[in-house]
Amino acid sequence: MRSPRRNRGAMAAESPPPLLLSLVDEFVSGLQDSRSKDAAKGVKEGQFSVLQLVEALGQSLTSTQPHTRARGVQLLSEVLQESYAELTEREVELLLAFYENRLKDHYVITPPVLRGLQALTKSRRLPPGAAVSMLKALFQDVHVQSLMLAERACVYNMLINLMESREDELKGLGADFVFGFVQSMDGERDPRNLLLAFQIARNILLRGYNLGKFTEELFEVTSCYFPIDFSPPPNDPHGITKEELIQALRAVLTGTPKFAEFLLPLIIEKLDSDVQSSKLDALQTLAACVRQYEDKDLVDFLEGLWSSLRREVFQTSSEKIESAALAALTALTSCLSRSVLKSDSEDSLSTFLDLVLKDCKHHLFEPDLKLVWPSAKLLQAACSASYRAGHLITAAVMPPLVEQYNSRTQCSHRRTLLEVEQRFIQSAAASCQSVDQDESLFSAYKDSLCSMVFSALSESNSSLQITAASLLTSLAQQTGLLSDSDIDLAVDHLTRLLLTDEDESVSLAVVECAGALAERHPAAFINKLIPTLKKEMFPDQREASELRSHDAVRQRCLSALAAVSVQASVVQESAPVLLDVLSSAHADPTCFSTDEVVHACLSLQKIAERLRDDEETSRCFHDVVIPRLLSLALQAALQSEGSCGRRSPLVEEAVLSAMVPVISAACSRPQTTFAEQTASRVVSLFLDGDVSFLPDNSLPSRVSLLQQQQQEDENSWRRSQLVCLLMACVCSFPRSVEVPQEERLLSALEELSCSCSHPLSYTSAAKCFAGLLNKKPEGTDLDGWIQRTVKRVSGELDRPSSSCRLQAFSLLIWVAKALLLRYHPSFSALTDKLFSLLHDADLGPMAADGFSLLMSDSTDVLNRGCHADVRIMYRQRFFSENSAKLVQGFNAAPKEKKPNFLKALSNIVNKLPKQVQVSELPALLSLLLEALTCPDEGVQLSTLSCLEPVLVTPPQVLIQQLEALVSRLLALVGSPSMKIRIASIRCVLALSHLPSHEVLPFRARVLRALAPPLDDRKRLVRREAVQARGEWFLLGSPGGR
Amino acid sequence: MSAGVQLENANPVIFQRSGERLPTASEEDGDVHDPIDDREIFDLIRSINDPEHPLSLEELNVVEQVRVQVNDPESTVSVEFTPTIPHCSMATLIGLSIKVKLLRSLPDRFKIDVHITPGTHASEEAVNKQLGDKERVAAALENSSLLEVVNQCLSSRTI
Repeated sequence: MRSPRRNRGAMAAESPPPLLLSLVDEFVSGLQDSRSKDAAKGVKEGQFSVLQLVEALGQSLTSTQPHTRARGVQLLSEVLQESYAELTEREVELLLAFYENRLKDHYVITPPVLRGLQALTKSRRLPPGAAVSMLKALFQDVHVQSLMLAERACVYNMLINLMESREDELKGLGADFVFGFVQSMDGERDPRNLLLAFQIARNILLRGYNLGKFTEELFEVTSCYFPIDFSPPPNDPHGITKEELIQALRAVLTGTPKFAEFLLPLIIEKLDSDVQSSKLDALQTLAACVRQYEDKDLVDFLEGLWSSLRREVFQTSSEKIESAALAALTALTSCLSRSVLKSDSEDSLSTFLDLVLKDCKHHLFEPDLKLVWPSAKLLQAACSASYRAGHLITAAVMPPLVEQYNSRTQCSHRRTLLEVEQRFIQSAAASCQSVDQDESLFSAYKDSLCSMVFSALSESNSSLQITAASLLTSLAQQTGLLSDSDIDLAVDHLTRLLLTDEDESVSLAVVECAGALAERHPAAFINKLIPTLKKEMFPDQREASELRSHDAVRQRCLSALAAVSVQASVVQESAPVLLDVLSSAHADPTCFSTDEVVHACLSLQKIAERLRDDEETSRCFHDVVIPRLLSLALQAALQSEGSCGRRSPLVEEAVLSAMVPVISAACSRPQTTFAEQTASRVVSLFLDGDVSFLPDNSLPSRVSLLQQQQQEDENSWRRSQLVCLLMACVCSFPRSVEVPQEERLLSALEELSCSCSHPLSYTSAAKCFAGLLNKKPEGTDLDGWIQRTVKRVSGELDRPSSSCRLQAFSLLIWVAKALLLRYHPSFSALTDKLFSLLHDADLGPMAADGFSLLMSDSTDVLNRGCHADVRIMYRQRFFSENSAKLVQGFNAAPKEKKPNFLKALSNIVNKLPKQVQVSELPALLSLLLEALTCPDEGVQLSTLSCLEPVLVTPPQVLIQQLEALVSRLLALVGSPSMKIRIASIRCVLALSHLPSHEVLPFRARVLRALAPPLDDRKRLVRREAVQARGEWFLLGSPGGR
Repeated sequence: MSAGVQLENANPVIFQRSGERLPTASEEDGDVHDPIDDREIFDLIRSINDPEHPLSLEELNVVEQVRVQVNDPESTVSVEFTPTIPHCSMATLIGLSIKVKLLRSLPDRFKIDVHITPGTHASEEAVNKQLGDKERVAAALENSSLLEVVNQCLSSRTI
């Protein structure tokens, strides 16, 4: 292979080849602009060298016509832009000398010269010293701001390139470089170039270029853009945002502490501005800059900064600005906290905090006035900055706060004071995280804080109690603050409130607080709370009759048991208590109501969902909880078959459905050893009636659960419905756990789901079947099962006389869902079946509702929580594959079947993610508008609920159809159904937020139409109407929108 | 709020907000008729913004539920409001905001009476007279700068 370079060297002495000459001619004369590409290609491929090109250009470069010279240089520059990488050092040197010289030439030549120079700056063979001479020539001969946009960008890019490759040489230029840059960018107006210029300025600061005496000039030339006010033109092709510019400028302004003396006064000035966005920018810049500063940079401006910050928080007009001001105060304080104390200087932190305290502290003691909260927020912001600041502030604030609390008698005052203290504790917790302090800031005030909390908990005012509970939570979260005796006392108070206080919000707060405390101090809860609650729920036989505790108390006890069971040691105590509730309800249905049993299951579920993955609690659930639940359910199912007198609550559907998530949550944990054990036990229980692992040995040794009896005995549903517990178990295991005897299990489930007549039984069997199919590995096995099911289901569905059509339909829909989730190819066969059912006289409406089931997440099976195979975006996929069929079906359907299609469609669209809704809407809009006029209320409601979110950011096509939409919505405002009235008025409200020029024409009409609902007989409708009408009144009115 | 402006009452007493009214079972039953009651009227006006502070009239205790009387069958509403200080120059504006809010939110069968709580404002009578005069209220709303302030008071807060 020929080396192009050697080749070029050999040809250098020769005269330019004729081809090149003609290329040059055609370009320079302006005939063929594309010739520059050919020339560049020639150079790259080694047909001729750059020097030959220069020779060929000779004529044009020395022409007396500036434009000819410019064309010549332009050709050369364009070639260089393509081929700078191939240049030798010698060539670069020669070209540089030429270009530097051309800078002095006529102004029309400058642009191509700059482009050439920019290309050269990218070369890696730039000789030493070249960068300096190039820049000197540039700064001397070119006035950057009189160049065009592209050439200015060229200059900035040159600087950026050189800063990357020749940092040392540029630094050698000293402050001249900075001065040159300052002159170049002075007056720049284009946002694209500003981004480049800010990048250079930031590099100058961060990479330690010598600013010399030009610090202020550099600051001036950049800070004149602060705060950035820029709104990109419509359809902005460059994609520059205001935020980008703000960040780039902020990086420059905050880049060095040397700017402090200029920047801080500027910030103070901008904070006085009336423009919200510039205030915000100023505050954020302040927070950013002080990260680099030392206290000496700040000290002269502290007073000014403080009074501005204070004003922003005291007289705040927006939450954003308030939080920015607080963040800035925190940053400022932590900057001051970093300073090293010297013996001769004053402590600027404490001086500053004195200032803050002087202005804020006294407001804390006026708990009913407005400035309490702003003052507290300011103090807390400073407090959270550092340990030292936290210490100084708490020392000044805590004692008087406690004193105030004790001297106040009004509950609302006391509550405010408690809340203030709680915030202090939280913000101080933030400051302690950074430093490894053993001692909490509050240990000195612990006793008085505790006595405050306990006295507040003993008050009868509920909001005071709630606040005290959350203060107690905050205190308990401070490591090592509360002693064991404090915790014991706290637990006593919480127990008392649980047992006696009737207020729902108080007990909610108490339960939450107990949960937080139990996480850190389990012992006190095991020893005190759980025994007391147990005693409360299971009083001794003697007292039982008269002391049967109030239902609400029991509910609270059950919630509390769930809340405190975070640690394994507590779970082992609390879970048996909850199980005892179930077993005593089974033994004697009078002692606990069904609701209470359900609540106990709910508590177990909460515990199971929160389980840490440690062995102890998993063992507890797999060895104790699950077997006991199964055993109790089984006992209930068998016992009541004979006696019909008192029915155990454990055969109720509500209770069984509540047990499902408990088992499911426990089985979905990743401890596979326990899971495998449970799997084989449960499967053999259901298939073979093997009861050996159940704790109660009074059960008959062989019970048949899945098999249908030959002759339907009237109580067989009690046993068959237990299949939902099987489902909870086998459908929730991690996929690595193999379900034993799966084939047998599947056939039994299929049989049960198709033949049983009890709804809970056949639905659960269908769900369980579907859950197993969803996880079954790809292969002929799976395909076989699918074919078998489809055949059986179709067989039943196609016989209108069949008694099992409902069952077959439910199996169909669940299997369809299982396959849809995993993108199984056989899914389409099932969908087609579903679509054909929309024509069915009996099952049509159910099939339409079935689409909602397909598209929504199911709570008990086939979700990610129980490790089902759920592919991402299955909804979109389903929609894109089937929406056309649906539209077609709608158009073809006879009139009386159309509502089914509309309902199916709105069910599907309703569940789609918002982005997809918006993008798919154009195709479906006419159908949805049609659906609004459909007399079926279900269709109307579900269409309205899918329209409402879309109206927040409506696609263009909807705006074009506004007339149709508005008239249909306004017609629904008078619907006889309350829900439809509400939903349609909400849509009308959403319309008011559309671009005002689009909706303004409808204003009068909407206001008129919304007058009757103001007098609706339902309050909820009136409320929506008031809100919507208010917004429409504001539309197009001064001060409104 | 810009730096120079001094508020008439920079540190007013703040009152607690009442919570959202929780829907009852009968309210959710589509067949039952819910009469318009005091609380409903109070809910309409309690979230009106104060012209000066970023606070609601409820938080400043300018309006209270006990000072709202409604009679649904006779279609009358009476609202008393209490300016934070006796010389509050904003009293008329606040009254106007309440009146406008009620006009926009109630069926037109209602006769709406908005006035200052007796004995809480220096020029009580004059303000009441202005608010009671239909013509003057209508004229005030023709004034676009006045309407602008009223609309701002009635806008739901964006912060």
